[in-house]
Amino acid sequence: MAEVHGEQSFWRKYIFSIDHKIIGIQYGITALFFLLFGFILMMIMRWQLAYPEQPVPIIGWLLGEEGILLPEVYNSLGAMHGTIMVFLGIVPLSVGAFGNYFVPLQIGAPDMTFPKLNMASYWFYFLGGIVMLASFFVPGGAANSGWTSYPPLAVIATMGQTMWLVGMVFLITSSLLGAVNFITTIIQLRVKGLTWMRLPFFVWSQLVTAFLLLLAFPPLEAAGVMQLMDRLAGTSFFLPSGLVVSGQVLEVTGGGSPLLWQHLFWFLAHPEVYVLILPAMGIVAEVLATNIRKPLWGYRAMVYSAVFLGFMSFIVWAHHMFLTGMGTTLSGFFQTTTMIISIPSVIILTAFLLSLWGGSIRFTTPMLFALGFIPMFGLGGLTGLPLGLAPADIHLHDTYYVIAHFHYMVAPGTIFALFAGVYHWFPKITGRRMNETLGKIHFWGSFVCMNGIFMPMFAQGMAGISRRLWDGGISYQFAQDAGVLWSNELISISAWVLFLFQIPFVYNLIRSIKGGEIVDDNPWEATTLEWAAPSPPPHGNFTEPLTVYRPAYEYSVPGAVKDFLPQHQPEEG
Amino acid sequence: MEQFLGLPPLASVHGAEIDNLISLIHWLMLILFVGWGIYFIYALIRFRAPRQPKADYGGVKGHFSSYIEVGVAIFEAVLLLGFAFPIWGMVKYEIPSESESTVVRVVSEQFVWNIHYPGADGIFGRTSIDLVDAETNPLGLDYDDPYAKDDITTINQLHLPVDKPVIIHLSAKDVIHSFFLPVMRVKQDAIPGMTIPVWFIPNRTGESEIACSQLCGLGHYRMRGFLTVETQEEYDGWLAEQAALLEDEEDGWW
Repeated sequence: MAEVHGEQSFWRKYIFSIDHKIIGIQYGITALFFLLFGFILMMIMRWQLAYPEQPVPIIGWLLGEEGILLPEVYNSLGAMHGTIMVFLGIVPLSVGAFGNYFVPLQIGAPDMTFPKLNMASYWFYFLGGIVMLASFFVPGGAANSGWTSYPPLAVIATMGQTMWLVGMVFLITSSLLGAVNFITTIIQLRVKGLTWMRLPFFVWSQLVTAFLLLLAFPPLEAAGVMQLMDRLAGTSFFLPSGLVVSGQVLEVTGGGSPLLWQHLFWFLAHPEVYVLILPAMGIVAEVLATNIRKPLWGYRAMVYSAVFLGFMSFIVWAHHMFLTGMGTTLSGFFQTTTMIISIPSVIILTAFLLSLWGGSIRFTTPMLFALGFIPMFGLGGLTGLPLGLAPADIHLHDTYYVIAHFHYMVAPGTIFALFAGVYHWFPKITGRRMNETLGKIHFWGSFVCMNGIFMPMFAQGMAGISRRLWDGGISYQFAQDAGVLWSNELISISAWVLFLFQIPFVYNLIRSIKGGEIVDDNPWEATTLEWAAPSPPPHGNFTEPLTVYRPAYEYSVPGAVKDFLPQHQPEEG
Repeated sequence: MEQFLGLPPLASVHGAEIDNLISLIHWLMLILFVGWGIYFIYALIRFRAPRQPKADYGGVKGHFSSYIEVGVAIFEAVLLLGFAFPIWGMVKYEIPSESESTVVRVVSEQFVWNIHYPGADGIFGRTSIDLVDAETNPLGLDYDDPYAKDDITTINQLHLPVDKPVIIHLSAKDVIHSFFLPVMRVKQDAIPGMTIPVWFIPNRTGESEIACSQLCGLGHYRMRGFLTVETQEEYDGWLAEQAALLEDEEDGWW
């Protein structure tokens, strides 16, 4: 099909491309940049937490005033760390990059249904990213009211908050365009024979994710515009009457509700949690099946669980708001749904674990990351339980326990899955394999450091140390007495060493593009359709028409010659 | 388990039930994590490719995992119905009558806890935002109101008598704060435009702190108050002292 399109200019081919693979790579590179950027923000914050009020080395000169990280800057970095990691890093990498590149390939499609929409989606994302970056340079610095932007604080905050809201509108628009594309592509463009129960689990995870984005983001987009109006046009959607700030009566019309924002925000942000997790589970499923050499255990149960998870994720949001004055009826409902949503997660995790039984496990680098995901995600999931029970949440809400909980889900959880995806699919994208030794150094270093960062936070949270404290809580006597603050230094050092362990990854990634071991189209001997395409796949993806004959993970089929039967391969003789 | 978890010291009646719930759920988590962990490591060693060159297409047979899943669901149901719902119901709705309780208003603002006692008459004076003065009258108390004359206000100093219910009417002037008494297992968001009641029974005397646990601006980290729980006599003595200070101030103004 490549010939049909003829020569394309550099700009058309690599910059304003409508090829899902180029767009996927654009997403991937941009998202990796933002992941690194978000991580750097956190490394700066960790200096202040480990060594309060001491000048920050290396980049201290950027911070002014003797290089000390001031509270207002600390709050900016915190808000932007969260925003960047979630909206500019992980989601674009898991959905924009992996989803874009591999969903069409895995369903045997030549491209997305709406290639131009796909391009628009990337460029809206890019614009959103630029606005977020630019916000560091406006008076007062970037948004500093937390990634949750609770009013009234966010409404009376400095100009960075306006930039944040504008940036979010771009990012949300990008996600909506992408979601429409994923849904139509998966429903319409599956190749002949690829029935729903033959879809790779990764495609299922992307389909559910797309529905979550499509249905959950519009309320936040509306809320974002409303907050923008509160800031710029003098409306009071989120401002009650009678506000007095610094002894001055705030001149607003009033009559609004700060809680309205929280409901709208979390109506997105809880499904967003599953947007962060589901594609990660999808990647782990692919890598796991390939490296255990047997079908995934309980594939159907996993699919139903993912769909159920998606549905339930819309009715748990207010468990983030137990302490806003909620009574028994509402809290009873949200506690119950929260406990129910844990069940499908348990089922998926159990399916991963039981899949191992009877396997022939290859410990490749992608497999190590996928295996690392399982206990880390398990820990993150389990520690969500006490937070989901309102009375336990009284003590744990807004403490470091919460930080540890959701970071276990998204850092050694989702990000490990994303690393697994990079190592697993790199040969498809480039035709070369990444270096295994460097990969293993990357894995083990990251694994140890991730736990060094987040494990002590459980203890800090249990002792009652609140999150978002500029000095990490040292001014509180009870925090001192609890004897948990010494670990701030350990956490910070772990974070910086974690950074060092990303160097082999970045080096490996860049060097392997030109210097990696050249491999054939299916180096892992996998069964799904992306491996039927040449590496890298040409424009239009497949060189010949495909038909699918069997489920996604037919490994070690009794009686078969080889230990894998690709989905597109007709029955053996 | 409670020792192991490292919860702060406990000084309230209902806190024991919260700690108990936290312990119970951590037992469940520990059992699941250790159980799965042992299985996980065993499976990785036993089914490594060099030892198991050929995978088994069928894999696990039987319904053991379903039993675990049902077990988890039942345990969660018990936690909800047996513990979480009743405790939350008590915390929210079994508020004792004000006549038998110490009643205090806590008005939070960037980055201060304003504490407001009704004084000898037991009735809070009228407040108005138009009367607010950052220096002299942060609450906007209307001193023309007869009920306001004996009201005692402090900054960041909350004194309470032991073994008697406390009802706090919590509100915020500017942004959202969260009123956190670690030793009491009390935490409640203070939301502008709303007054939210919080109640508990302190059962140990001593000094501890009020922490803010919701990001409220650049001074969030130093929004620290002090809680003193003392005997009824000590408390009455402290109140009398404060009332005397109030009169001194008034004398000064005249």
